Amino acid sequence: MSLQGKVALVTGASRGIGAAIADTLAAAGAKVIGTATSESGAAAIGERLAQWGGVGMVLNVGEDGAIDALVDTISKEYGDVAILVNNAGITRDGLLMRMKEEDWDAIMDTNLKSVFKASKAVMRGMMKARWGRIINIASVVGAMGNAGQANYAAAKAGIMGFTKSMAREVGSRGITVNCVAPGFIDTDMTRALPEAQREALVQQIALGRLGAAQDIADAVDFLASDRAAYVTGQTLHVNGGMLMP
Amino acid sequence: MENIEARVKKIVAEQLGVNEAEVKIDSSFVDDLGADSLDTVELVMALEEEFECEIPDEEAEKITTVQQAVDYVTAHLNK
Repeated sequence: MSLQGKVALVTGASRGIGAAIADTLAAAGAKVIGTATSESGAAAIGERLAQWGGVGMVLNVGEDGAIDALVDTISKEYGDVAILVNNAGITRDGLLMRMKEEDWDAIMDTNLKSVFKASKAVMRGMMKARWGRIINIASVVGAMGNAGQANYAAAKAGIMGFTKSMAREVGSRGITVNCVAPGFIDTDMTRALPEAQREALVQQIALGRLGAAQDIADAVDFLASDRAAYVTGQTLHVNGGMLMP
Repeated sequence: MENIEARVKKIVAEQLGVNEAEVKIDSSFVDDLGADSLDTVELVMALEEEFECEIPDEEAEKITTVQQAVDYVTAHLNK
């Protein structure tokens, strides 16, 4: 129960990696607020987290002012956010030759700009508390590139650069900022890939299998805890040895 | 007015970790009191809370001395 009494905000907590992160932080004692883009999604998160006292809330990261309003509500109802996990993300894959500008913009808004907005929104409370954890979910693709994901890879690499800059800005206030970069994790996002492509991917992984959402959640749990107090500005690669940067 | 000045000085001393006696009306946060850029941001946050006002970023940038902070608060509290 190392996170007892800490308020944690996890974006995109309905499914996959975000759901595992929310559950793990809640089980570790944090008061978790998990977000979804729909009312029904938020309600489902609330039901899942209820056993640990967590709640689900609606957040559409692309909507103007939505993040600020949510952080404000959380502060009033539960206290300042101490742990922020920027997990919400989407894909709009396609070869660059065919990629539309709106596919680029959608990814930048949802996957990168949202990280800036949410991090800024929680900063005041963390600075006052002289303690904070921001954990951004990047991707192996941001470090190695991937054909058909120029937009996604650019946003994820952007998150890593953002993380390093922020870590330097707020380190003196006891706030750490890190990334976890998942490799290929068994989720809805990767289940959508054709079987042949999945098999080809597994060939590249030293451990010979896809990762589980829990593998990522465990890394986040570590970075959120006091055990990781001296780790900041880093990208923790959890990819089964698919990439060794 | 003195009251505002005293409150501002107290906050400045607390935020920047200096002795209140060192905080003069013409002290510059950065040059005289050793504040870094993040300290000045925090200082503005603390002033906002103490005086229950919101200081826009473009105004906050202009507050670099105790006098300027007192002037800003005085001007905006009377509204």
